[in-house]
Amino acid sequence: MISVTGLSVSYGAVQALRDVSFGAATGEITAVLGANGAGKTTLLRTISGLVAPRAGTVALDETTLTGRRPEDIVRRGVGHVPEGRGVIAEFTVEENLRLGAMISPMPLRDGLDQQYQWFPVLGERRKQAAATLSGGERQMLAMARALIAKPSVLLLDEPSLGLAPLVTAQLMHTVSELCASTGLTVILVEQNAKSALRIASRAVVLYLGRLVADDVAEVVASDDQLRQYYLGMVE
Amino acid sequence: MSSFLTSRNVADVLNGITNGVIYSLVALSLVLVWRSTRILNFAQGAMAMIATYVGFAVLAPTTNYWVSMVVAILAGLLLGGLTERVIVRGLYGKPEINPVVAMVGFLLVLESVAAAIWSTSSRGLPTPFSMVDWQLNHKPVAMSPFALYEIVTAVIVMTVIALLFQYTKLGLRLRAAALAPEVSRLLGVRVGRMLTLGWMLSSAVGAITAVLVASNYFTGLTPTAMDGVFAFGFIAAAIGGLDSPVGALLSGISLGIILQFVGDYLNSNAIILVALGMLVVSLMVRPNGVFTRSAQRRV
Repeated sequence: MISVTGLSVSYGAVQALRDVSFGAATGEITAVLGANGAGKTTLLRTISGLVAPRAGTVALDETTLTGRRPEDIVRRGVGHVPEGRGVIAEFTVEENLRLGAMISPMPLRDGLDQQYQWFPVLGERRKQAAATLSGGERQMLAMARALIAKPSVLLLDEPSLGLAPLVTAQLMHTVSELCASTGLTVILVEQNAKSALRIASRAVVLYLGRLVADDVAEVVASDDQLRQYYLGMVE
Repeated sequence: MSSFLTSRNVADVLNGITNGVIYSLVALSLVLVWRSTRILNFAQGAMAMIATYVGFAVLAPTTNYWVSMVVAILAGLLLGGLTERVIVRGLYGKPEINPVVAMVGFLLVLESVAAAIWSTSSRGLPTPFSMVDWQLNHKPVAMSPFALYEIVTAVIVMTVIALLFQYTKLGLRLRAAALAPEVSRLLGVRVGRMLTLGWMLSSAVGAITAVLVASNYFTGLTPTAMDGVFAFGFIAAAIGGLDSPVGALLSGISLGIILQFVGDYLNSNAIILVALGMLVVSLMVRPNGVFTRSAQRRV
C-alpha cells in the first residue's frame, strides 16, 4: 500500500500541493482526478522522488520513500510512466525495454516475452526506433518499459493524453487487466475522469493543490457537485 | 602501381589521414562530453596534456612506453572523473556562459601548473615505432610504422567506444542518461554516475590522443602541445556535429586530408584560415553539423 500523509509541495511562492493525504490499496487502481493545475502531476513526481516535498511523507508499506532518490525509489518497486510518456525516441523499442529491464529480477528474455505478450504490437516493432511509433504505441511502450522492471506500484500520468478515444479505451482495459491479473497497485492520474472512473476502485480529487474528495470511484462518479465543479463532467 | 603510391596526391591523402585520425579522436572526446552534459570542454586538450605528463613521469623508472601509455590513460580517467565531480557538477543548469568561462579558466590553470612543474621546454619522447617512411622502389611512401600505429590506435579506440555504447548495458545507460536524464532516473539509472563516467571516458580518449601527439618527435610534449591539435579537433567536432560520434570521425579525417592538400598546394600558413573558413561555412549551412540529423525528435 502507498500512503501519502500531509504532503505539501511548493515551487517558489506557488504552493502546488497543500496537506494532501490518502492511501492507495494494494492491487487496486486509484484515480487521481482534477483540472489543469490541480497538482496531479506534482503528486506523482513527489511520490517517485523527482520533487522534494516541503512537508509530509510518502510510504510504501512500512518503508518511507520521502527523501530517497528516484533511482532508489524505482528499485523499491515504484514504477513511474511520466506525462508525455518519456519514451526515448532515438532508441529502438527493444532498447527502451532493455533499459527498463536493468533493475528487473527477471531474466531479460522472459521479461521481454511477457511484455510482447501483453503488448503484441511492440513485439512486431521491436527493431523500430521509438520515434516511428504512433501515440498509442508509445504509451504502450512506456507502460511496458515500466512493467518489465516488475514494480509493485505503477504511477501512470495522463496515459490518454493525445490519444483517440478507442485507443484510450484499449489502454484503460489493459491497465485494468494487468491490475487484476498481477496484483499491481496503480495510481492513475487523468484529466479524462470518465475513462479513469470506469476502471478505478477509488478516486481522489484535487483542486488547486487541495484534496477535495477521497472515496470509492462509484461514489465520486455519482456526486453531481464533484462532477460539475471539479471534474468538468457536465451531462 | 608503385608510382601511384608514391605520388604527391596519394602522399597528401595518407598524411591527411594520419593527421585526421588525431583530430577525430579529439573531436570524439568533445562529442562524448557534449552529448551527455551539453558542455564544451575547452580544457580537453590541457587535461590530456596533464595525463600524458603523468604517464611520462613513470617512463624514466620503467623505460617502458606502454606502461607510460597505461598510466596516462589511468591519469586521464581520474582527471576526467575529478573534473566532473569538482568543477562541472555545479555548472549543470547554469547559464551557458558559466561552463565556457569555467572550462577556459581550467585550461589556463592546467597549462600554468604544467609549466610550473615540468617547465615549458619540449620533452622528446621515445617513439615506439620508426617515423621513417616505408620505401617502394627506393621512393618513400607517405606512411611510416609510427603513422600506421597512430591510425590503428585511433581505429581501436573508436571501435571500443562504439561497441561499448552500442552493445553493452553500460553503454545503454550512458546513452539513456545523455538523451533523457529524468526518464533514466525513473528507470533506475544512476545518472550522476553515468555523467562522471562519460567525462572519464572522454578524458581517457584525450589522454591516448595526447600520448600519440607527444610521441611524435616533431611536436614533443609541452604544456601547450595540445592547443593546436585541440583547435583542429574542435573544428572537426563542430563541422561533424557535436552530437555525432560518426560525424567526429568522418569530419576529422576529411579535415586532415583537405588541410594537407591546402598546405601542399597553397601555403602552410593558409591551413588555419581554411579550417576556420570551413567552420564558418558549415555553421552557416548546417549549424547542427554536417552529420547530425536536422530534426532529431525527442519524446
